[in-house]
Amino acid sequence: MDMKVAKKLGLKERYTLMTRDLAWETTYQPMDKVFPQVGYEGLKIHDWDKWEDPFRLTMDAYWKYQAEKERKLYAILDAFNQNNGHLSVTDARYINVLKLFLGSTPPLELMAARGFSMVGRQMVGAGPRVACQMQAVDEYRHFQTQIHSISNYNKYYNGMDEFAHQQSRMWYLSDGKSFFDDAITAGPFEFMVAIGFAFEYVLTNILFVPFISGAAYNGDMAAMTVGFSAQSDEARHMTLGLECIKFMLEQDPENLPIVQRWIDKWTWRGTRKLASIGMMMDYMLPKRIMSFKEAWEIYFEQNGAALFGDLERYGVKIPKCFAQTVEEKEHVSHQTWIGFYMKPDATPFHLTVPEPDELDWLSSKYPETFDRYYRPTLEYWAKMEKEGKRFNNRTQPMNCQVCVSTIKFNEPGDADETCFRESVYLGEKFHFCSDHCKDIFDHEPEKYVQTYISSHQALQGNCANEGVDTNAPDFNPGAHIADYWRLDPRATGDFKGSDDEKNFAAWRAQATKN
Amino acid sequence: MTVNALAEYEYTSRDSLDKFKGKQLLYINWEKHRMFSRPFVLALPPQTLFSVIVDKYITDCYSYHPDFAQIDWSKVIWKNSNTVFTPDLSKSLQENGVGHKDLIRFTTPGLNGLAGSGY
Repeated sequence: MDMKVAKKLGLKERYTLMTRDLAWETTYQPMDKVFPQVGYEGLKIHDWDKWEDPFRLTMDAYWKYQAEKERKLYAILDAFNQNNGHLSVTDARYINVLKLFLGSTPPLELMAARGFSMVGRQMVGAGPRVACQMQAVDEYRHFQTQIHSISNYNKYYNGMDEFAHQQSRMWYLSDGKSFFDDAITAGPFEFMVAIGFAFEYVLTNILFVPFISGAAYNGDMAAMTVGFSAQSDEARHMTLGLECIKFMLEQDPENLPIVQRWIDKWTWRGTRKLASIGMMMDYMLPKRIMSFKEAWEIYFEQNGAALFGDLERYGVKIPKCFAQTVEEKEHVSHQTWIGFYMKPDATPFHLTVPEPDELDWLSSKYPETFDRYYRPTLEYWAKMEKEGKRFNNRTQPMNCQVCVSTIKFNEPGDADETCFRESVYLGEKFHFCSDHCKDIFDHEPEKYVQTYISSHQALQGNCANEGVDTNAPDFNPGAHIADYWRLDPRATGDFKGSDDEKNFAAWRAQATKN
Repeated sequence: MTVNALAEYEYTSRDSLDKFKGKQLLYINWEKHRMFSRPFVLALPPQTLFSVIVDKYITDCYSYHPDFAQIDWSKVIWKNSNTVFTPDLSKSLQENGVGHKDLIRFTTPGLNGLAGSGY
């Protein structure tokens, strides 16, 4: 008797079966009760089968690819660590970049993993649900591999061990925390625009390329490999983000104004979040890749404009913040570094005034603005530091109610003035760094009155460890906040004279001298 | 507009006046002296005299700047957000009309930061 052997299915057929046959119309409960979240944001979806994932990845293929990437990555991490790779970086100052990254990025990858897990459950069609599930696993992988690659440095250098505790408490991490809290508490479609599109597509290169290239330029093979390992996932995420935008816009013409508002909002929120990347590029990397301004021109002005050109046929307009970001690219990295340098007791990484050759590099990269606005201050600080009068602004900051950045950016069109905006809601004043943040607040004030502003919390007595009497008449919140943050004093202050500087020099000497 | 939500969406402000135990928030900014990066915030009883703001808080923060010693206080222009006002130093914040989360911006004519940089 002839055996009938079923033909093995191709990848495309398997993907189709998975994404079309795994979903069904519910009968015990109505669909809108099983999937309530897809309706309330106002988006109209008529046919979930129109969702097309260009990667058509099945789970077995996904596991195979990812396992291969992990094997390569961990082989390199092991080799780097066993060979004291941390001593091969350009300069111990570089390690402060990793400290900034550790606090600001892996916790957000974890939030992205949580967000995509939620959206994967909330979406109706099996296509987007499968794509969200894979992205959730990717984000979790990025969260883990970033921490693993940096954990070796934690054995030798100060300031890395409490990043998880500090994430929801420290002033300078509040902007990123707020960014994801805002996204994850929105509906599934807004989350997809916020993270899938605005962050993963429009702005991701400005986050990842500088860190990966910075790692490569500064001899950090571990962080570089983690970055490369994540890049192929990022390509898939970008495709998902773009596909999601197209799907929403093609489903119903009434979706356009809602999607446009989200694009405007999240491109702006992402831009504010990236100010600290600018400072890292221009002030923290011992060997620099390019200026923040140049990165903004390539990855946002050119690539971003091309992308929005492609989306024009759907009626999408370039984000309304576009011109302002172009104006600000000359300023934000300097303004951000000024904000950090003046707080030597308030970061788990070290600070420096640029050396004269670094000032010249900044002048050459920012010919229109650096000498006019920033050089006098940085030179003055260097002089004062030599006289033993290092600047320390001990006051607490004023923050934007929406992006939670400290309020320090320019009035549009007038680089001599700080931009202040405010709204009154239910009799209370709220302050913003920009028109864009004010617009976001005015649209959903109930949401943003809940913003966690570290300095306000400290003044309410909420940032002190148990045993501190916050009702005492002489209670000074600033005296207790470092303990509350679990901020290691060895990790604060200037790089010059730090443990990191001394230890790195001593260990490197052991490896290179007799 | 209001938040789209599946359930009732009502939350109180995290920084409303009642959360500060009898004090109110006050922000202070010295215009064109952005070496200090951003305004600073204080929580003070509304009975605090305006002179304390100048003699203590403004002096403590801003005297690091070489322009500070040159300020002619009789020429200082005071604004509450965008509204110009003339504070009475011998009176309290409340009597000067300064409320919770008000932003006081002061300009020192002729002093525009290091080398006129605004910083």
